[in-house]
Amino acid sequence: MKLSREEVLHIALLARLGLTETEVNKLSEQLSNILENFEVLQQVDTSGIPPTAQSIPLQNVVREDKVTPCLPQSQILANAPRKDGNFFRVKAVLE
Amino acid sequence: MINNHNRLTIHEAHRLLKAKQLSSVELTKACLERIRRVEPKVHALVTITDELALKQAQKADELMATGDVNPLTGIPVLIKDNICTKGIRTTCSSRMLENFVPPYDATVVERLNNRGAVILGKANMDEFAMGSSTENSALFTTHNPWDLSRVPGGSSGGSAAAVAAGETIYALGSDTGGSIRQPAGFCGITGLKPTYSRVSRYGLVAFASSLDQIGPLTQDVTDCALVLNAIASYDSRDSTSVPYPTPDYTQCLNTDLNGLHIGVPKEYFVEGMQTEVEIAIRTAINKLEELGARVDGEVSLPHTPYALAVYYIIAPSEASANLARYDGVKYGFSYQDADSMWEAMEKTRQYGFGAEVKRRIMLGTYALSAGYYDAYYLKAQKVRTLIRQEFDQAFEKFDALVTPTSPTVPFKIGEKVDDPLQMYLSDVCTLPINIAGLPAISIPAGFADGLPIGMQIIGKPFSEETILKIAYAYEQATDWHKRKPSI
Repeated sequence: MKLSREEVLHIALLARLGLTETEVNKLSEQLSNILENFEVLQQVDTSGIPPTAQSIPLQNVVREDKVTPCLPQSQILANAPRKDGNFFRVKAVLE
Repeated sequence: MINNHNRLTIHEAHRLLKAKQLSSVELTKACLERIRRVEPKVHALVTITDELALKQAQKADELMATGDVNPLTGIPVLIKDNICTKGIRTTCSSRMLENFVPPYDATVVERLNNRGAVILGKANMDEFAMGSSTENSALFTTHNPWDLSRVPGGSSGGSAAAVAAGETIYALGSDTGGSIRQPAGFCGITGLKPTYSRVSRYGLVAFASSLDQIGPLTQDVTDCALVLNAIASYDSRDSTSVPYPTPDYTQCLNTDLNGLHIGVPKEYFVEGMQTEVEIAIRTAINKLEELGARVDGEVSLPHTPYALAVYYIIAPSEASANLARYDGVKYGFSYQDADSMWEAMEKTRQYGFGAEVKRRIMLGTYALSAGYYDAYYLKAQKVRTLIRQEFDQAFEKFDALVTPTSPTVPFKIGEKVDDPLQMYLSDVCTLPINIAGLPAISIPAGFADGLPIGMQIIGKPFSEETILKIAYAYEQATDWHKRKPSI
Protein backbone atom coordinates (compact mmCIF):
# COMPACT_ATOMS: atom_id res chain seq x y z
CA MET A 1 0.00 0.00 0.00
CA LYS A 2 1.08 3.54 -0.73
CA LEU A 3 1.15 6.12 2.03
CA SER A 4 -0.16 9.41 0.71
CA ARG A 5 1.29 12.80 1.44
CA GLU A 6 -1.80 13.61 3.56
CA GLU A 7 -1.35 10.44 5.60
CA VAL A 8 2.31 11.25 6.23
CA LEU A 9 1.37 14.74 7.40
CA HIS A 10 -1.39 13.33 9.62
CA ILE A 11 1.02 10.87 11.29
CA ALA A 12 3.61 13.64 11.69
CA LEU A 13 0.98 15.77 13.41
CA LEU A 14 0.09 12.91 15.78
CA ALA A 15 3.81 12.56 16.60
CA ARG A 16 4.30 16.36 16.81
CA LEU A 17 7.13 15.97 14.37
CA GLY A 18 7.99 18.81 12.04
CA LEU A 19 9.06 17.62 8.56
CA THR A 20 10.51 19.40 5.54
CA GLU A 21 8.94 18.94 2.13
CA THR A 22 11.83 16.67 1.13
CA GLU A 23 11.31 14.55 4.25
CA VAL A 24 7.59 14.21 3.57
CA ASN A 25 8.27 12.88 0.07
CA LYS A 26 11.07 10.56 1.19
CA LEU A 27 9.06 9.20 4.13
CA SER A 28 6.01 8.63 1.96
CA GLU A 29 8.11 6.39 -0.27
CA GLN A 30 10.16 4.68 2.45
CA LEU A 31 7.27 4.00 4.83
CA SER A 32 5.18 2.60 1.99
CA ASN A 33 8.02 0.29 1.06
CA ILE A 34 8.52 -0.86 4.67
CA LEU A 35 4.79 -1.34 5.32
CA GLU A 36 4.49 -3.36 2.14
CA ASN A 37 7.11 -5.73 3.53
CA PHE A 38 5.11 -6.05 6.75
CA GLU A 39 2.17 -7.44 4.77
CA VAL A 40 3.75 -10.90 5.25
CA LEU A 41 2.31 -10.94 8.76
CA GLN A 42 -1.18 -11.26 7.32
CA GLN A 43 -0.17 -14.78 6.15
CA VAL A 44 0.17 -15.92 9.76
CA ASP A 45 -2.89 -17.50 11.34
CA THR A 46 -3.19 -15.85 14.76
CA SER A 47 -6.77 -16.81 15.57
CA GLY A 48 -7.02 -17.63 19.26
CA ILE A 49 -3.44 -16.46 19.92
CA PRO A 50 -3.12 -13.93 22.74
CA PRO A 51 -0.84 -10.92 22.22
CA THR A 52 2.51 -10.71 24.04
CA ALA A 53 3.42 -7.29 25.41
CA GLN A 54 6.51 -8.41 27.31
CA SER A 55 8.38 -11.65 27.82
CA ILE A 56 8.64 -12.08 31.58
CA PRO A 57 6.22 -13.61 34.09
CA LEU A 58 5.78 -10.43 36.14
CA GLN A 59 2.44 -8.71 36.64
CA ASN A 60 1.31 -5.70 38.62
CA VAL A 61 4.56 -5.05 40.46
CA VAL A 62 3.67 -3.05 43.57
CA ARG A 63 5.64 -1.50 46.37
CA GLU A 64 4.84 -0.12 49.78
CA ASP A 65 3.45 3.41 49.72
CA LYS A 66 6.49 4.83 51.45
CA VAL A 67 8.23 8.15 50.87
CA THR A 68 11.80 7.65 49.68
CA PRO A 69 14.46 10.24 48.83
CA CYS A 70 14.24 11.71 45.35
CA LEU A 71 16.23 14.21 43.31
CA PRO A 72 16.04 17.84 44.51
CA GLN A 73 14.29 20.45 42.33
CA SER A 74 17.58 22.15 41.53
CA GLN A 75 18.92 18.99 39.89
CA ILE A 76 15.69 18.25 38.04
CA LEU A 77 15.75 21.78 36.63
CA ALA A 78 19.48 21.78 35.87
CA ASN A 79 18.93 20.62 32.26
CA ALA A 80 15.82 22.74 31.61
CA PRO A 81 16.13 24.84 28.44
CA ARG A 82 14.05 27.60 30.07
CA LYS A 83 13.06 27.95 33.69
CA ASP A 84 11.45 30.48 35.96
CA GLY A 85 12.24 30.02 39.63
CA ASN A 86 11.27 26.46 40.43
CA PHE A 87 9.25 26.01 37.24
CA PHE A 88 9.83 24.87 33.67
CA ARG A 89 8.98 27.77 31.40
CA VAL A 90 6.88 27.00 28.29
CA LYS A 91 5.15 28.98 25.59
CA ALA A 92 1.58 29.92 26.38
CA VAL A 93 -0.78 26.95 25.98
CA LEU A 94 -3.88 29.13 25.69
CA GLU A 95 -3.49 32.40 23.85
CA MET B 1 57.02 3.97 26.85
CA ILE B 2 54.87 1.61 24.79
CA ASN B 3 53.37 -1.35 26.59
CA ASN B 4 50.46 -3.66 25.84
CA HIS B 5 48.62 -3.30 29.13
CA ASN B 6 45.62 -2.01 27.20
CA ARG B 7 45.35 -5.45 25.56
CA LEU B 8 44.99 -7.31 28.86
CA THR B 9 41.70 -9.02 29.61
CA ILE B 10 39.89 -8.23 32.87
CA HIS B 11 41.04 -11.47 34.47
CA GLU B 12 44.65 -11.02 33.32
CA ALA B 13 44.76 -7.42 34.53
CA HIS B 14 43.14 -8.38 37.83
CA ARG B 15 45.82 -10.99 38.45
CA LEU B 16 48.60 -8.45 37.80
CA LEU B 17 46.89 -5.77 39.90
CA LYS B 18 46.47 -8.17 42.80
CA ALA B 19 50.10 -9.31 42.56
CA LYS B 20 51.16 -5.62 42.58
CA GLN B 21 52.89 -6.09 39.23
CA LEU B 22 50.70 -3.42 37.70
CA SER B 23 48.81 -0.44 39.04
CA SER B 24 45.40 0.73 37.93
CA VAL B 25 46.94 4.12 37.09
CA GLU B 26 49.43 2.41 34.73
CA LEU B 27 46.65 0.35 33.16
CA THR B 28 44.41 3.40 32.76
CA LYS B 29 47.25 5.44 31.25
CA ALA B 30 47.90 2.65 28.75
CA CYS B 31 44.26 2.80 27.62
CA LEU B 32 44.23 6.61 27.47
CA GLU B 33 47.45 6.58 25.44
CA ARG B 34 45.92 4.03 23.07
CA ILE B 35 42.80 6.19 22.77
CA ARG B 36 44.98 9.19 21.91
CA ARG B 37 46.76 7.19 19.19
CA VAL B 38 43.93 5.34 17.45
CA GLU B 39 40.88 7.48 18.11
CA PRO B 40 41.57 9.76 15.11
CA LYS B 41 41.05 6.64 12.97
CA VAL B 42 38.39 4.68 14.90
CA HIS B 43 36.13 7.47 16.29
CA ALA B 44 34.60 5.24 18.95
CA LEU B 45 34.33 7.72 21.83
CA VAL B 46 31.85 10.56 22.18
CA THR B 47 33.33 11.75 25.48
CA ILE B 48 36.69 10.96 27.06
CA THR B 49 36.71 11.32 30.85
CA ASP B 50 40.48 11.12 31.33
CA GLU B 51 40.65 13.20 34.51
CA LEU B 52 37.89 11.23 36.18
CA ALA B 53 39.47 7.96 35.01
CA LEU B 54 42.85 8.78 36.54
CA LYS B 55 41.17 9.85 39.78
CA GLN B 56 39.19 6.59 39.90
CA ALA B 57 42.36 4.64 39.08
CA GLN B 58 44.21 6.27 41.95
CA LYS B 59 41.35 5.42 44.28
CA ALA B 60 41.34 1.85 42.99
CA ASP B 61 45.06 1.55 43.70
CA GLU B 62 44.40 2.68 47.27
CA LEU B 63 41.65 0.06 47.55
CA MET B 64 44.05 -2.52 46.14
CA ALA B 65 46.50 -1.71 48.90
CA THR B 66 43.86 -2.47 51.54
CA GLY B 67 43.00 -5.76 49.84
CA ASP B 68 39.31 -4.78 49.55
CA VAL B 69 39.01 -5.69 45.89
CA ASN B 70 36.92 -7.58 43.37
CA PRO B 71 37.64 -8.59 39.77
CA LEU B 72 36.57 -5.22 38.30
CA THR B 73 38.45 -2.97 40.71
CA GLY B 74 40.78 -0.65 38.85
CA ILE B 75 39.81 -1.99 35.42
CA PRO B 76 39.00 0.60 32.72
CA VAL B 77 35.57 0.46 31.08
CA LEU B 78 33.78 2.40 28.37
CA ILE B 79 30.04 3.06 28.71
CA LYS B 80 27.65 3.27 25.77
CA ASP B 81 26.32 6.80 25.56
CA ASN B 82 22.70 5.86 26.22
CA ILE B 83 23.51 4.72 29.77
CA CYS B 84 23.22 7.58 32.25
CA THR B 85 26.37 8.68 34.05
CA LYS B 86 25.93 11.26 36.79
CA GLY B 87 27.69 14.50 35.87
CA ILE B 88 28.96 13.05 32.56
CA ARG B 89 27.25 14.12 29.35
CA THR B 90 25.00 11.36 27.99
CA THR B 91 24.11 12.16 24.38
CA CYS B 92 22.61 8.99 22.84
CA SER B 93 24.64 10.28 19.87
CA SER B 94 21.74 12.65 19.22
CA ARG B 95 21.50 16.41 18.74
CA MET B 96 18.52 16.12 21.05
CA LEU B 97 20.70 15.19 24.03
CA GLU B 98 24.01 16.69 22.92
CA ASN B 99 24.30 18.73 26.13
CA PHE B 100 22.33 16.52 28.51
CA VAL B 101 24.11 15.87 31.81
CA PRO B 102 22.22 13.25 33.85
CA PRO B 103 21.62 14.03 37.52
CA TYR B 104 21.91 10.35 38.41
CA ASP B 105 23.78 7.14 37.54
CA ALA B 106 22.17 4.16 35.84
CA THR B 107 22.04 1.16 38.18
CA VAL B 108 24.70 -0.65 36.13
CA VAL B 109 27.04 2.35 36.42
CA GLU B 110 26.39 2.56 40.15
CA ARG B 111 27.23 -1.12 40.45
CA LEU B 112 30.48 -0.72 38.48
CA ASN B 113 31.44 2.33 40.54
CA ASN B 114 30.78 0.41 43.76
CA ARG B 115 33.29 -2.13 42.49
CA GLY B 116 35.99 0.47 41.88
CA ALA B 117 35.70 0.58 38.09
CA VAL B 118 37.57 3.19 36.05
CA ILE B 119 35.33 4.99 33.55
CA LEU B 120 37.26 6.06 30.43
CA GLY B 121 34.33 7.75 28.72
CA LYS B 122 31.20 7.28 26.66
CA ALA B 123 30.91 5.28 23.46
CA ASN B 124 29.43 6.33 20.13
CA MET B 125 26.28 4.59 18.88
CA ASP B 126 23.47 4.89 16.38
CA GLU B 127 21.21 7.72 17.52
CA PHE B 128 18.96 6.46 20.34
CA ALA B 129 20.31 2.95 19.57
CA MET B 130 18.40 2.83 16.30
CA GLY B 131 20.67 1.33 13.69
CA SER B 132 23.15 -1.36 12.78
CA SER B 133 26.30 0.55 11.79
CA THR B 134 26.73 3.77 13.91
CA GLU B 135 26.08 5.66 10.67
CA ASN B 136 22.93 6.99 12.33
CA SER B 137 25.01 8.74 15.00
CA ALA B 138 24.34 12.48 14.73
CA LEU B 139 27.92 13.10 15.87
CA PHE B 140 30.15 10.91 13.67
CA THR B 141 30.51 7.39 12.30
CA THR B 142 32.71 4.84 14.06
CA HIS B 143 35.09 2.83 11.87
CA ASN B 144 35.76 -0.90 12.14
CA PRO B 145 39.30 -1.44 13.48
CA TRP B 146 39.70 -4.50 11.20
CA ASP B 147 39.07 -2.39 8.10
CA LEU B 148 38.56 1.33 8.55
CA SER B 149 36.44 1.58 5.41
CA ARG B 150 33.83 -0.69 7.00
CA VAL B 151 31.20 -0.24 9.72
CA PRO B 152 31.73 -1.63 13.23
CA GLY B 153 28.09 -2.70 13.41
CA GLY B 154 25.56 -1.12 15.69
CA SER B 155 24.06 0.23 17.57
CA SER B 156 26.78 -0.39 20.20
CA GLY B 157 29.42 0.12 17.50
CA GLY B 158 31.56 2.51 19.55
CA SER B 159 31.68 0.06 22.45
CA ALA B 160 32.63 -2.86 20.19
CA ALA B 161 35.19 -0.98 18.08
CA ALA B 162 36.91 0.41 21.19
CA VAL B 163 37.26 -3.06 22.74
CA ALA B 164 38.58 -4.50 19.46
CA ALA B 165 41.02 -1.60 19.01
CA GLY B 166 42.36 -1.98 22.55
CA GLU B 167 41.14 1.44 23.68
CA THR B 168 39.39 -0.06 26.68
CA ILE B 169 39.54 -3.38 28.53
CA TYR B 170 35.79 -3.86 28.20
CA ALA B 171 32.61 -1.91 27.51
CA LEU B 172 28.92 -1.84 28.30
CA GLY B 173 26.36 -1.76 25.53
CA SER B 174 22.63 -2.18 25.09
CA ASP B 175 20.77 -4.61 22.86
CA THR B 176 17.23 -4.08 21.57
CA GLY B 177 17.43 -6.15 18.37
CA GLY B 178 21.08 -7.20 18.21
CA SER B 179 22.87 -4.01 19.19
CA ILE B 180 25.44 -5.80 21.39
CA ARG B 181 25.81 -9.07 19.48
CA GLN B 182 25.95 -7.77 15.89
CA PRO B 183 28.76 -5.22 16.56
CA ALA B 184 30.57 -7.78 18.74
CA GLY B 185 30.44 -10.16 15.77
CA PHE B 186 31.55 -7.45 13.32
CA CYS B 187 34.49 -6.46 15.55
CA GLY B 188 35.69 -9.96 16.48
CA ILE B 189 34.91 -9.73 20.20
CA THR B 190 32.49 -11.28 22.70
CA GLY B 191 29.10 -9.71 23.44
CA LEU B 192 26.27 -10.91 25.63
CA LYS B 193 22.64 -9.92 25.67
CA PRO B 194 21.28 -11.23 28.97
CA THR B 195 17.71 -12.48 29.41
CA TYR B 196 15.24 -9.58 29.35
CA SER B 197 14.98 -8.26 32.93
CA ARG B 198 18.20 -9.95 34.18
CA VAL B 199 20.04 -6.61 34.25
CA SER B 200 18.35 -3.43 35.49
CA ARG B 201 17.38 -0.92 32.79
CA TYR B 202 17.16 1.94 35.28
CA GLY B 203 19.10 4.81 33.74
CA LEU B 204 19.19 3.29 30.26
CA VAL B 205 17.64 5.85 27.90
CA ALA B 206 14.49 4.04 26.76
CA PHE B 207 14.14 2.93 23.14
CA ALA B 208 11.81 -0.10 23.12
CA SER B 209 11.06 -0.97 26.73
CA SER B 210 9.95 -4.57 26.22
CA LEU B 211 13.12 -5.39 24.24
CA ASP B 212 15.98 -3.26 25.67
CA GLN B 213 18.66 -4.98 27.74
CA ILE B 214 22.13 -3.89 28.91
CA GLY B 215 25.08 -6.26 28.57
CA PRO B 216 28.87 -6.59 28.35
CA LEU B 217 31.24 -6.38 25.35
CA THR B 218 34.52 -8.05 26.25
CA GLN B 219 37.66 -9.67 24.87
CA ASP B 220 36.72 -13.15 26.04
CA VAL B 221 34.03 -15.25 27.69
CA THR B 222 35.58 -15.21 31.17
CA ASP B 223 35.46 -11.41 31.14
CA CYS B 224 31.87 -11.56 30.00
CA ALA B 225 30.96 -13.70 33.02
CA LEU B 226 32.86 -11.38 35.36
CA VAL B 227 31.00 -8.30 34.10
CA LEU B 228 27.66 -10.09 34.23
CA ASN B 229 28.40 -10.98 37.86
CA ALA B 230 28.69 -7.28 38.58
CA ILE B 231 25.69 -5.93 36.65
CA ALA B 232 23.05 -8.68 36.97
CA SER B 233 20.82 -8.05 39.95
CA TYR B 234 17.31 -7.35 41.09
CA ASP B 235 16.59 -3.62 41.14
CA SER B 236 13.43 -2.18 42.67
CA ARG B 237 13.87 0.92 40.47
CA ASP B 238 13.17 -1.17 37.34
CA SER B 239 9.67 -2.61 37.64
CA THR B 240 10.51 -5.27 35.03
CA SER B 241 13.51 -6.48 37.02
CA VAL B 242 13.06 -10.04 38.30
CA PRO B 243 13.74 -10.92 41.94
CA TYR B 244 15.79 -14.01 41.05
CA PRO B 245 19.11 -14.74 42.75
CA THR B 246 22.25 -14.06 40.70
CA PRO B 247 24.65 -17.01 40.41
CA ASP B 248 28.43 -16.68 40.09
CA TYR B 249 28.63 -16.89 36.29
CA THR B 250 32.30 -17.90 36.32
CA GLN B 251 31.47 -21.19 38.07
CA CYS B 252 29.96 -22.66 34.91
CA LEU B 253 33.02 -22.06 32.73
CA ASN B 254 34.42 -25.47 31.82
CA THR B 255 35.21 -27.21 28.56
CA ASP B 256 33.15 -30.36 28.91
CA LEU B 257 30.08 -30.20 26.71
CA ASN B 258 29.07 -33.83 27.26
CA GLY B 259 25.36 -34.18 27.89
CA LEU B 260 24.46 -30.90 26.22
CA HIS B 261 22.01 -30.98 23.34
CA ILE B 262 22.42 -28.19 20.79
CA GLY B 263 20.02 -27.36 17.97
CA VAL B 264 20.81 -25.57 14.73
CA PRO B 265 17.68 -23.82 13.36
CA LYS B 266 17.78 -23.98 9.58
CA GLU B 267 15.84 -20.72 9.10
CA TYR B 268 18.87 -18.76 10.34
CA PHE B 269 20.92 -19.79 7.35
CA VAL B 270 19.04 -17.29 5.29
CA GLU B 271 18.94 -16.61 1.61
CA GLY B 272 21.57 -14.07 0.65
CA MET B 273 23.84 -15.22 3.43
CA GLN B 274 27.55 -14.94 2.71
CA THR B 275 29.04 -18.37 1.91
CA GLU B 276 32.13 -17.82 4.06
CA VAL B 277 29.92 -17.06 7.05
CA GLU B 278 27.92 -20.25 6.60
CA ILE B 279 31.09 -22.33 6.24
CA ALA B 280 32.64 -20.77 9.35
CA ILE B 281 29.54 -21.39 11.46
CA ARG B 282 29.13 -24.98 10.20
CA THR B 283 32.79 -25.61 11.04
CA ALA B 284 32.28 -24.10 14.50
CA ILE B 285 29.25 -26.34 15.06
CA ASN B 286 31.39 -29.39 14.19
CA LYS B 287 33.83 -28.20 16.82
CA LEU B 288 31.05 -28.12 19.43
CA GLU B 289 30.27 -31.72 18.53
CA GLU B 290 33.94 -32.66 18.95
CA LEU B 291 33.79 -31.07 22.38
CA GLY B 292 31.07 -33.49 23.42
CA ALA B 293 27.81 -31.74 22.56
CA ARG B 294 25.06 -33.61 20.76
CA VAL B 295 24.09 -31.52 17.74
CA ASP B 296 20.85 -31.66 15.77
CA GLY B 297 21.35 -29.73 12.55
CA GLU B 298 17.78 -29.94 11.25
CA VAL B 299 15.75 -27.91 13.74
CA SER B 300 12.97 -25.76 12.33
CA LEU B 301 11.58 -22.55 13.79
CA PRO B 302 9.08 -21.78 11.02
CA HIS B 303 7.99 -18.34 12.27
CA THR B 304 11.54 -16.94 12.07
CA PRO B 305 10.95 -15.18 8.72
CA TYR B 306 8.22 -13.07 10.36
CA ALA B 307 10.50 -11.79 13.13
CA LEU B 308 11.77 -8.85 11.08
CA ALA B 309 8.28 -7.45 10.51
CA VAL B 310 7.27 -8.14 14.13
CA TYR B 311 10.35 -6.33 15.38
CA TYR B 312 10.01 -3.33 13.09
CA ILE B 313 6.41 -2.85 14.20
CA ILE B 314 6.88 -3.41 17.94
CA ALA B 315 10.20 -1.57 18.42
CA PRO B 316 9.17 1.62 16.57
CA SER B 317 5.76 1.58 18.29
CA GLU B 318 7.38 1.49 21.71
CA ALA B 319 9.96 4.04 20.54
CA SER B 320 7.31 6.47 19.32
CA ALA B 321 5.78 6.43 22.80
CA ASN B 322 9.11 6.60 24.65
CA LEU B 323 10.46 9.44 22.51
CA ALA B 324 7.34 11.54 23.05
CA ARG B 325 9.14 12.90 26.13
CA TYR B 326 11.49 14.98 23.97
CA ASP B 327 9.39 18.11 23.86
CA GLY B 328 12.04 20.77 24.44
CA VAL B 329 10.65 21.60 27.88
CA LYS B 330 12.32 19.48 30.54
CA TYR B 331 15.77 18.79 29.09
CA GLY B 332 17.53 18.37 25.79
CA PHE B 333 17.47 20.47 22.64
CA SER B 334 14.80 23.15 22.55
CA TYR B 335 13.78 25.30 19.59
CA GLN B 336 13.38 28.81 20.91
CA ASP B 337 12.18 30.93 17.98
CA ALA B 338 8.67 29.55 17.69
CA ASP B 339 5.48 31.58 17.99
CA SER B 340 3.44 28.88 19.71
CA MET B 341 3.91 25.91 22.02
CA TRP B 342 2.99 23.41 19.30
CA GLU B 343 5.38 24.96 16.83
CA ALA B 344 8.15 24.90 19.44
CA MET B 345 7.53 21.20 20.03
CA GLU B 346 7.41 20.28 16.35
CA LYS B 347 10.55 22.25 15.50
CA THR B 348 12.38 20.88 18.55
CA ARG B 349 11.72 17.38 17.28
CA GLN B 350 12.38 18.28 13.65
CA TYR B 351 15.87 19.64 14.37
CA GLY B 352 16.69 17.43 17.37
CA PHE B 353 16.10 14.02 15.75
CA GLY B 354 17.97 12.44 12.84
CA ALA B 355 16.47 10.67 9.82
CA GLU B 356 16.28 7.13 11.23
CA VAL B 357 14.75 8.24 14.51
CA LYS B 358 12.13 10.23 12.61
CA ARG B 359 11.45 7.22 10.38
CA ARG B 360 10.84 4.99 13.40
CA ILE B 361 8.70 7.54 15.22
CA MET B 362 6.57 7.81 12.08
CA LEU B 363 6.41 4.03 11.63
CA GLY B 364 5.47 3.47 15.28
CA THR B 365 2.92 6.26 15.36
CA TYR B 366 1.34 4.84 12.23
CA ALA B 367 1.21 1.28 13.64
CA LEU B 368 -0.46 2.54 16.81
CA SER B 369 -2.86 4.97 15.15
CA ALA B 370 -6.62 4.51 14.91
CA GLY B 371 -7.56 2.12 12.12
CA TYR B 372 -4.14 0.47 11.90
CA TYR B 373 -3.58 -0.72 15.49
CA ASP B 374 -5.18 -4.14 14.97
CA ALA B 375 -3.60 -4.79 11.58
CA TYR B 376 -0.08 -3.87 12.65
CA TYR B 377 0.62 -3.55 16.37
CA LEU B 378 -1.81 -6.15 17.71
CA LYS B 379 -1.00 -8.55 14.88
CA ALA B 380 2.72 -8.20 15.60
CA GLN B 381 2.12 -8.87 19.30
CA LYS B 382 0.27 -12.07 18.43
CA VAL B 383 3.00 -13.29 16.12
CA ARG B 384 5.40 -12.40 18.94
CA THR B 385 3.55 -14.98 21.04
CA LEU B 386 4.02 -17.61 18.31
CA ILE B 387 7.75 -16.85 18.04
CA ARG B 388 8.18 -17.19 21.79
CA GLN B 389 6.15 -20.43 21.89
CA GLU B 390 8.30 -21.87 19.12
CA PHE B 391 11.46 -21.14 21.11
CA ASP B 392 9.86 -22.61 24.27
CA GLN B 393 9.10 -25.81 22.37
CA ALA B 394 12.63 -26.01 20.97
CA PHE B 395 14.06 -25.56 24.46
CA GLU B 396 12.08 -28.55 25.72
CA LYS B 397 14.48 -30.59 23.60
CA PHE B 398 17.62 -28.45 23.38
CA ASP B 399 19.86 -26.74 25.93
CA ALA B 400 20.92 -24.12 23.41
CA LEU B 401 20.56 -23.08 19.78
CA VAL B 402 23.46 -22.01 17.57
CA THR B 403 23.27 -19.63 14.60
CA PRO B 404 25.40 -17.06 12.81
CA THR B 405 25.27 -13.64 14.53
CA SER B 406 24.92 -11.84 11.22
CA PRO B 407 24.42 -13.08 7.64
CA THR B 408 27.52 -11.21 6.38
CA VAL B 409 30.85 -9.81 7.51
CA PRO B 410 30.96 -6.04 8.20
CA PHE B 411 29.76 -4.00 5.21
CA LYS B 412 31.26 -0.83 3.77
CA ILE B 413 30.47 2.55 5.29
CA GLY B 414 27.79 4.14 3.13
CA GLU B 415 26.74 0.86 1.50
CA LYS B 416 23.29 0.61 3.13
CA VAL B 417 22.51 4.11 4.39
CA ASP B 418 19.98 4.88 1.67
CA ASP B 419 18.10 1.61 1.97
CA PRO B 420 16.53 1.18 5.43
CA LEU B 421 15.24 -2.33 4.70
CA GLN B 422 18.70 -3.59 3.69
CA MET B 423 20.08 -2.12 6.89
CA TYR B 424 17.31 -3.78 8.96
CA LEU B 425 18.19 -7.16 7.38
CA SER B 426 21.67 -7.14 8.93
CA ASP B 427 19.96 -7.88 12.27
CA VAL B 428 17.82 -10.70 10.94
CA CYS B 429 19.57 -13.36 13.08
CA THR B 430 19.51 -11.37 16.31
CA LEU B 431 16.04 -9.76 16.34
CA PRO B 432 14.02 -12.90 17.18
CA ILE B 433 15.97 -13.32 20.43
CA ASN B 434 14.83 -9.94 21.77
CA ILE B 435 11.27 -10.63 20.67
CA ALA B 436 11.33 -13.76 22.83
CA GLY B 437 13.35 -12.13 25.65
CA LEU B 438 16.06 -14.83 25.55
CA PRO B 439 19.76 -14.60 26.47
CA ALA B 440 22.29 -14.91 23.64
CA ILE B 441 26.01 -14.44 23.22
CA SER B 442 28.11 -13.71 20.14
CA ILE B 443 31.67 -15.03 20.07
CA PRO B 444 34.38 -14.91 17.40
CA ALA B 445 34.16 -17.98 15.13
CA GLY B 446 36.41 -17.23 12.18
CA PHE B 447 37.39 -14.71 9.54
CA ALA B 448 36.64 -14.07 5.88
CA ASP B 449 39.21 -11.94 4.05
CA GLY B 450 40.50 -10.66 7.37
CA LEU B 451 37.03 -9.67 8.60
CA PRO B 452 35.53 -11.24 11.73
CA ILE B 453 32.62 -13.70 11.79
CA GLY B 454 30.44 -14.10 14.89
CA MET B 455 28.61 -17.17 16.16
CA GLN B 456 25.46 -16.70 18.20
CA ILE B 457 24.55 -19.09 21.03
CA ILE B 458 20.97 -18.72 22.28
CA GLY B 459 19.68 -20.06 25.60
CA LYS B 460 16.37 -20.47 27.38
CA PRO B 461 15.34 -17.65 29.73
CA PHE B 462 17.82 -17.19 32.60
CA SER B 463 20.19 -19.88 31.30
CA GLU B 464 23.14 -17.51 30.85
CA GLU B 465 25.30 -20.16 32.52
CA THR B 466 24.63 -22.69 29.75
CA ILE B 467 25.47 -20.35 26.88
CA LEU B 468 28.54 -18.99 28.66
CA LYS B 469 29.74 -22.56 29.20
CA ILE B 470 29.30 -23.49 25.53
CA ALA B 471 30.95 -20.23 24.45
CA TYR B 472 33.84 -20.83 26.84
CA ALA B 473 34.42 -24.39 25.66
CA TYR B 474 34.50 -23.25 22.03
CA GLU B 475 36.75 -20.31 22.82
CA GLN B 476 39.26 -22.48 24.70
CA ALA B 477 39.42 -24.87 21.73
CA THR B 478 40.05 -22.07 19.21
CA ASP B 479 42.13 -18.91 19.08
CA TRP B 480 39.91 -16.51 17.12
CA HIS B 481 39.41 -14.35 20.22
CA LYS B 482 43.16 -13.83 20.52
CA ARG B 483 43.46 -12.19 17.10
CA LYS B 484 43.62 -8.41 17.26
CA PRO B 485 43.36 -5.89 14.43
CA SER B 486 46.72 -4.39 13.49
CA ILE B 487 45.60 -0.81 13.76
